[in-house]
Amino acid sequence: MKRSHIIAIVIIAVAIGIIVATAGDASTYVTFGQAKQMASEGNTTAIHVVGQLKKDSAGHVVGLENSIDKLSFSFVLVDDNKKEQQVLYNEPMPPDFLRSEKVVVIGGYQQDLFIAKKILLKCPSKYQEQKLDAGV
Amino acid sequence: MHYFIGNLGHLFVIVSFVASLVCAFAYWKSLYATDTLKDSWQNNGRTAFYFHGLSVLGIVAVLFTIISRHYFEYHYAYSHSSLHLPSQYMISCFWEGQEGSFLLWMFWQAVLGIILMNTQRAWEAPVMIVFALVQAFLASMILGVVIPGLDFKIGSSPFILLRDAMNDPIFKINPEFIPKDGHGLNALLQNYWMVIHPPTLFLGFALTLPPFAFCIAGLWQKKYSEWIKPALPWALVGGAILGLGILMGGYWAYETLSFGGYWNWDPVENAIYVPWIVLIAAIHVMMLQKNKGTALKTSILLVVATFILILYSTFLTRSGILGDASVHSFTDLGLSGQLLLYLLFFTVASIILMARNWKKIQPDEKESTVYTREFWIFLGATVLCLMGFQVLMPTSIPVYNKIIGLFGGHSNLAPPANQIQFYSKFQLWFGVAVALVSGTAQFFWWIKMDKEKLKKEFTVPAISTLIIFALVIATTKIYDWSYMVLAFSGIYLIVSNATFLSRTIKANPGISGGALAHIGVGMMLIGILYSAGYSKVVSLNNSGLIVNKDMGTDFNRDNLLLFINETKSMAGYDIEYRSENLELRNKNGYVRKNDIDPTSDPYRVVANKDIVYQDKKLYAARDTFEVYPENTFYEIEMRKNGKVAATLYPRIQINPAMGGFLASPDIKRNVDRDIYTHVSAMMSREEEPHWGEMEEDTVKIGENFFVNDYVAVLEKVERIKKVEGLELSEEDVAVQAKIKLQGEHETFYAEPIFLIVDKNKPGVIPGEVNDLGVRITLMNIFPQTGEFLLGTNARQKDWVVIKALEKPYINILWLGTGVLMIGFGVAAVRRIRQ
Repeated sequence: MKRSHIIAIVIIAVAIGIIVATAGDASTYVTFGQAKQMASEGNTTAIHVVGQLKKDSAGHVVGLENSIDKLSFSFVLVDDNKKEQQVLYNEPMPPDFLRSEKVVVIGGYQQDLFIAKKILLKCPSKYQEQKLDAGV
Repeated sequence: MHYFIGNLGHLFVIVSFVASLVCAFAYWKSLYATDTLKDSWQNNGRTAFYFHGLSVLGIVAVLFTIISRHYFEYHYAYSHSSLHLPSQYMISCFWEGQEGSFLLWMFWQAVLGIILMNTQRAWEAPVMIVFALVQAFLASMILGVVIPGLDFKIGSSPFILLRDAMNDPIFKINPEFIPKDGHGLNALLQNYWMVIHPPTLFLGFALTLPPFAFCIAGLWQKKYSEWIKPALPWALVGGAILGLGILMGGYWAYETLSFGGYWNWDPVENAIYVPWIVLIAAIHVMMLQKNKGTALKTSILLVVATFILILYSTFLTRSGILGDASVHSFTDLGLSGQLLLYLLFFTVASIILMARNWKKIQPDEKESTVYTREFWIFLGATVLCLMGFQVLMPTSIPVYNKIIGLFGGHSNLAPPANQIQFYSKFQLWFGVAVALVSGTAQFFWWIKMDKEKLKKEFTVPAISTLIIFALVIATTKIYDWSYMVLAFSGIYLIVSNATFLSRTIKANPGISGGALAHIGVGMMLIGILYSAGYSKVVSLNNSGLIVNKDMGTDFNRDNLLLFINETKSMAGYDIEYRSENLELRNKNGYVRKNDIDPTSDPYRVVANKDIVYQDKKLYAARDTFEVYPENTFYEIEMRKNGKVAATLYPRIQINPAMGGFLASPDIKRNVDRDIYTHVSAMMSREEEPHWGEMEEDTVKIGENFFVNDYVAVLEKVERIKKVEGLELSEEDVAVQAKIKLQGEHETFYAEPIFLIVDKNKPGVIPGEVNDLGVRITLMNIFPQTGEFLLGTNARQKDWVVIKALEKPYINILWLGTGVLMIGFGVAAVRRIRQ
């Protein structure tokens, strides 16, 4: 076999390896139900869950708990299947958290608690057509 | 309403679009015309491109006028600038929007086109056709023309009026309505790096076009190998500028964003990282082709791939396809169809052109031995391409979802949950491979090597690498084996190139560019290894608080809660939160919020005491001066052995219009490490504070007492004639007490007021000291005993939560960047001279 062939085979092998690794490490968008299922099967990979904050009839966010030292907080997220889940985030509450329209939590279950390693917020002002402030 | 200027701008856009099409057509004609007509068609093409260039300049001038003259009837000025924006950032408004950044890209390519047109007569027609077509595509992005009858809009114009862009009822009542002030520029972009990073990056984008245009021209005109020579200097300059632009972006992120580093492996960053890596590979094989003539096919492939990847990255970041995946892609302007067309047009055209000529192109040398430069350069280029491929695959995940969706399927694939960890674990080994290959390649530079010679040449650098490596490991304590390998490869790369440099610099300094660039890369690898691999949270807070009983205590807190004027220790420093500050507008420095009183204009404040910053008196008490009210800077003092080592001012902007909460770090720079601090939470000033129960003290003038553990003394009580916000009649009585409180660093005064109005109606106005979190009320006066009844309340003191990271040896990365750029510069000068 020529050396160029060996090199070509190595390159193809590395490329396939990269594709397999990408597929293996890619996360998925799931619901809390599926996430729980995965955790109970011993699958600990971090997944994405999209949801909204739980609100009462008056539109106030409920189920929010700030730790005493303000360094972490937990909240209740309702996923697209309306399943409610308490989520813990080990970072201070972002100031625009309560205004967020949609929350994406990335993490996984530990017992009955969902531990978020990262949260992404979608705030309405960023995505909606801005209202003109006629006063200014 | 300034209608004329917008119409003029729009006219320029249309002229630039049409002129670029005319230019392409005329040059096309000149290629196939008979000799007599050739020159006149060529002249037509030239004239058309000058017209195009002038109109691009016109668009830029008009848009800049609209922004700098604050014509808020235009959407672009309204949504990207404001009256109070400092003039140096006016220029950043220009490219905050997508339209402006397309314009910037077009502008650079027009400049490059004009240079090429006048310097490369032999290649003029085919190269300019490629240029003109690219420019036509870009111009179409800002065309803003609706095709009548079809309701189909081409491009998004930067010159649309606010009333056409926004569906606000006010325009129904008054179509001539002009807002008094604009929306303002995103605070994160109000940074000097944002003034120079986008032009640099887009110049880098533009510089990938000349090599592509030469390559296409070569294929088209069957000058298969001649195109390399004129293309190479452009590729070198492009590699330098694009790399510089990317690193400037990283440096801006480090200084301005608060994710804790300079590189986040965000899709937007990846989208530009991949073409740059491929461009670097292309430069290497082009040099090989030029010197030895053995890498033509690879050169063609990589030059085309670089340009296509630039278009792909444009598509990813601007079509909105990254939506959920990225934190900072542009918002969708409805241009995705046009962007896709732009990408596909050049992809398909170049593939067809390559396929038709492929057999006629001289094949690359395949069987070079291990002892030749060819072998190592090919190997290096391969590693670089795989390195880019590894990043490209996961970054395109949203594209796969979209494609599967188009065929009726459903895919819920998400990007890797921990991007930094995911990409780093692969890129680290590619970095190692790049360093080892390019370090070794240097030994094969001149002479035809064989085993014996190599042994001789290799011994000294190998031994020095090992010695330096051992010293580095021993002093900086790297014990992670993969980092050890990276450190070794980086040192090897530096040593082998330094060896080469020391031998050649005297005889031939012109060729030192490559070695310098490689030394720069080696330094960057080592800088990244330390600053990213050994970046650690220093605001660690093992308060012993158990977050969740089931989980035990494996949760360390990465953030530190600081109460005002209370010292905590962190990373060998005593650290103390001192105050909230605003930035001064007309002088350099900050002013404490407690030292100023507001006026009706939020940009103007009155000093309530002398304003001193860094031991300099900037304003006297009662002076009125200007501040930037949007940003709050939290003064964090770091002390070592009782001496102030640094005062940091991390920034917070609360701006609902810009997405809420924007935090920027402040960095204490040491030679060997940076300490990077940002605010992660702070108390809300809008909520009414929660006051504790009132304690009562009966005191005499001059008597000491305690308020919330601070020593206080009632200095005097006197009758006053005026009370702010109240109208006092003749019979009303107002008495003000002056109480001195001894704080940690300075003394404060509380001045509560006791009133008797409308005959026997008592009232109180408490005095507050913000810094100490206390409120004192003068409750009653006992004239018989000369005693006063004071009520004091305490609240939780002001607080802020910070996160601090240590970045060791980050300066090696910045230094390496500089060396890399110098190397590129030297190499480019040499190629341009040829």
